Formats: sequence, C-alpha cells, structure tokens
Amino acid sequence: MKLNRRTFIGSAGVVAAGFSAPMVLAQGKPRVVVVGGGAGGATAARYVAKDSKGEIDVTLIEPSRTYYTCFFSNLYLGGFQELSDIAHSYGTLAADYGINVVHDWAVGVDRDTKSVALAGGGSVPYDKLILSPGIDFVGGAVEGWDLSSQNKMPHAYKAGSQTELLKAQIMAMPEGGTFAMVAPPNPYRCPPGPYERVSMVAHVLKANNPTAKIIVADPKPKFSKMSLFQEGWSNHYEGMVDWIGEDFGGGSVSVNPEAMTVTIDGEETKVDVCNVIPAMKAGRIAEMAGVTEGNWAPVNAADMSSKADPDIYVLGDASQQGDMPKSGFSANSQAKVCANAVRGALTGSKVFPAKFSNTCWSLIDANDGVKVGATYEATPDKIAKVDGFISQTGENADLRKATYEESLGWYAGITSDMFG
Amino acid sequence: MRLPHQLFFVIVGGVLTPVIATAEDLGDAEAGKVVFEKCSSCHQVGKGAENKIGPHLNGVFGRKAAGLEGFNYSKSLTRAGNSGLEWHADTLSDYVENPRAFASGTRMNFAGLKNPEDRANVVAYLRGFSDNPSDIPEADPTAKGTDHSIDPEILAIQGDPEYGAYLSNECTTCHQIEGGDEGIPSIVYWPAEDFVVALHAYKEKKRPHPVMQMIAGRLNNDEIAALAAYFNNPE
Repeated sequence: MKLNRRTFIGSAGVVAAGFSAPMVLAQGKPRVVVVGGGAGGATAARYVAKDSKGEIDVTLIEPSRTYYTCFFSNLYLGGFQELSDIAHSYGTLAADYGINVVHDWAVGVDRDTKSVALAGGGSVPYDKLILSPGIDFVGGAVEGWDLSSQNKMPHAYKAGSQTELLKAQIMAMPEGGTFAMVAPPNPYRCPPGPYERVSMVAHVLKANNPTAKIIVADPKPKFSKMSLFQEGWSNHYEGMVDWIGEDFGGGSVSVNPEAMTVTIDGEETKVDVCNVIPAMKAGRIAEMAGVTEGNWAPVNAADMSSKADPDIYVLGDASQQGDMPKSGFSANSQAKVCANAVRGALTGSKVFPAKFSNTCWSLIDANDGVKVGATYEATPDKIAKVDGFISQTGENADLRKATYEESLGWYAGITSDMFG
Repeated sequence: MRLPHQLFFVIVGGVLTPVIATAEDLGDAEAGKVVFEKCSSCHQVGKGAENKIGPHLNGVFGRKAAGLEGFNYSKSLTRAGNSGLEWHADTLSDYVENPRAFASGTRMNFAGLKNPEDRANVVAYLRGFSDNPSDIPEADPTAKGTDHSIDPEILAIQGDPEYGAYLSNECTTCHQIEGGDEGIPSIVYWPAEDFVVALHAYKEKKRPHPVMQMIAGRLNNDEIAALAAYFNNPE
C-alpha cells in the first residue's frame, strides 16, 4: 500500500469511528431510518436491529407489503419457481427484531432537520439514514417507450405484477410468434439478468411453442457470461435466439407499443411480446435527497456513506461504489458493512474492516446453472475487485446441476438473511 | 513509501482495534499515461484506437495473447497464446519488462521498462481501457488484494467471538444460520477443529470450490479461528 495523506486519514477515520463517544442525542435512543426493503435495505435494517440489541431504533420504509425478489424472478418466467416462492413479507422483521416497518413511500429527505417525508403525510426523524431504493428508469431511454407503455411492453425489471404480466404474455404467444427484448446499456441491475431471462423464455417456448423466435436488441458489444450463454443457447435452443449486438445496430432501437413493432437499425419487425429494459438510474428518493451525481449516488468504499452527506448511506443498485455489479448479493454484502459502521458511529461498537463479495448464479436450462463471482476491497477511491472466478464453457452436467442446486441454497440463505 | 499490505492492529485505550490496510492499486494510472508515451509510437488505446505497427490495446486485459483478429502477430506470440498465455496485470508487466526475454521472436521492438513502478503505472493506465467489473463481473481485477497471511505476533485476537460473529455475516448470505442444508451445506455447530482444517484446505486450494476458495483465501488464521469459535456455538 502506498501511504499517502488520504489513506492515512481514511485509516485514522476508521479508528476514530471505533472509539469516538456515542453521538450525543437530543433525546432517547439513536434512530436509524432505512428506505427500501430489498436486499440492501432489509439486510441493513435487520443487522442494525439484531446487533444493537435494542440500543438503536430502526424504522424501515417500504411501500410493498409483499416483496418479490428480482433475483429468481427469471426462474418464475421459466417455470422453475412459483411467484409465491419469491414473495416475502416483513412480519418477522417487525415481530422478532422490533423494526418499525412503515408501508409507505418516502417522498423527500430534509437533510437540515434530518427527517424523511412520507407520501401518507408526516415525517420520520433520523440520526443516520440508509437509502436502498434500487433502480428507476431513465426517461426517454428507448424511443417510443415510457412508463405508460409498461402494460403493453413490460420491463419486468422490478419483480411482481410486471413479472406476472410478462409471463402471461409469453404463454399467450401465437405459434411461431416472436419475443423481442430491448436490453439495457451499462450500468444496470444484474449484469447477467437479461440473458438468463432470454434462456428462461427459450426454455418455456421450446416446450410450448418450439417454432417461436427470440430477438434481442442490445446496445452493448458484449455482456456478462456471454460465452456461457451463447454456448447454452446453441446447445439447448438451437436457432431460436437471435442476439443483435452493438456491431449490428442493436443500439439503434425504437418501439411502437400500440402497433407492437420494434425497429432495429431501421428494420421494423412485428412482435408478439416485447420486453423493454430501459437504461437505469438510482431510485428516485436518492435524487430527491440530493445525494446523486448523474444517474447514481457516489459513496465512500469503506462504509457506503454518501460522498454528499456523512449521515446518509446508499446501498445496492442506487450506489456508485466502483467495481461491484449491481446485484442482490452485492447489496446484501454492502448492507452488512454499512450496518456495522452505522452501529459503530451511533453506539461506539467495534467497527471491523469492510469485506465485500458477490456471486451471480444464472440458470440456462433445467439443471444447467453457471456462476460468476468476485471479492472486493475498499481502496481510497472505490470498491475494487481483487479476485474472482467464472464457470467455464464445456463443464460437465453434474457440475452444472450442482451449481444450480447451490443457487437454490443461496436463495434460501440470502432471503433469510434479509427477512429473518 | 511501501508498507507490507497487512492488517495491523493498534491498541488504543486498551482495546485492540483493526486498522484497515486497503487493497493496493495496480499503479498510478495518471503517471502511467505519461509512461505510455513510450509505447504510443506503435500502440493506440482509447476511443477509436486502431491497429498500427502494434495492435490496439483496448480490451487487452483477459485477452488471449495474439488474440486480436486481423493483426499479424509473430509466430512466437501466437504460439504463446495458443499455449494459454492471457494478458493480465502480471503477464503484461512481465512482458513489457523485457519483451524478447518473455517471448523470443516477438515483433515488439522495445527494450523494455526496467522500473517496476513504471510498469505498474502503465498497466494501471491500460486497465482503464478494458472491461469494467461493475458491468462485466468476470472482468479482470482492478486492484491487488490484501495479503491475508499474517504474522501471529502482530495479530493477537484469537477467537474473538464478536469478530467471528461479524465475519459470519459473509457466510450467512449462503449458509443458513438456522442450519438448512439444501444445495449449500450447513456449517452451524461444526466442531471447531474440523472447521479450521476445512477452511485452510480451501484457502490453500486443496479443497475444490471456487466460491469457498475465494472466501477462505482472504481470511487470516485468526479470522478462521474466530469463525470456527462462532459457528461451533452461535449464540
């Protein structure tokens, strides 16, 4: 490590955080407010509540009473999971962890008075605010599409009714029909997600509608696990998937939701289903809190605190932290580092060094699972990738099956880590 | 100034607290830009870069040696590529240190960069023109990991259960604390000794499993002991 002033201050800050006297508060227990009950927010709320053993008041603001995980929602499309399998409630977090779960929208953050305004009226004060709002879509990113088109051309990139709708549309496709996907530009939630979805759609069509076609218009020249997916598409779904990358005009796309047409590089095609996954940005509350720069919220790598406000932390997809992909696993990993730092700042508990990791499993066909993973460390500038691995092409069926079974185990693990 | 990148512990107020040694950058990319001027008479990099006397260097990290279609490489480098040579931070650094020593017969007519700092910096500069791991998670690392083999004399937090509980956060993303074992094995109430032996076997890559090798690879001896103590009897 090169010792420079910034590194020194960074390290000293960590020590100070471990030993500074607990914050002097006007009254009562310190208050942590978490906005967003997904992989980042639910995990952070649970860990702060669990580890502070009642010393910190935790409020979780999440509009949905039933949370559908975005991870594994492709497996629902493929028929490998029921929608109820990916549905979770916040009952345990409230009952067993004493978290004050508020089902409402956070509609504003007043950083001077340190309070979060709710759509239903009133506001919640905080000492530390953790924002984990996931993603929203960039307006005008795909010509012809806006949120009012989402019933005709679903994004299904926030799980729940959109996922159900997309599945119903796939099942209703006419024989030999066409499924189109407009893939998003970098950076976006779940790098292998669109391509796992293509695989799952192909799996369903192969069984029910084997002459159907899949077209993917992609603004990128390459994507995560590309060789693994392309090998899988060729092995399992030969001739069904037509991926049109940047080199072939995949980035020049417009859609017409009324006419159900997609125009790729000037060529118009009539389609039966069109899954539009637009460019993404941080969930809107991050922007309203004034902690975004461009589309995302920059954070400090050591503790996920916002670069704009030391009392606000941003987790998961909404954050701009460096090398970690936007994934549920990443958000969960970041949440634990953040919870430890927040607890240290509020109660003087020990602050341990940040460790981050991520693994993304994808399913290509029944029992054909692949994965990519990495470990990350905090540098003064960012969260940096230091090591990693990826499944190889040509792996044997037993290994692929074991990888898939491992993903089921991970799902059970992470969801109990999030929701208790 | 260079420090061994280790986890140091300092005693403040009688309590042992870790000081985080952050991961080491590949080098100083800004300084590397200047070093690259020595290369730029033959190699282009960045937006619109094309093959000139040498191949363009966009996306070079993770690429097979002599792997760019449409460039006329030497037989020597082509053979190295076919034998499995890929360009990563370490191999690129070795190559530019002395190209002819690395691949005799290479057409790269360059005396070499003898100064290790120059090499690290130019590698860091070039890294900015290959895939970003936030978009392509399997893309090459952008920093060197902390060395987690630690002298026990420096570090004496044996079996700190609180630390073990904290470290276990990383395990419970996959291994359920309630002990479920579908797809991923249960690790709760595991005898401490077995736990330690298993984790060290992963760390030394004797046990096969990429995720566990990666996770154990960055746990030091005391961290493994702390985890073993915690999982032996969580709560």
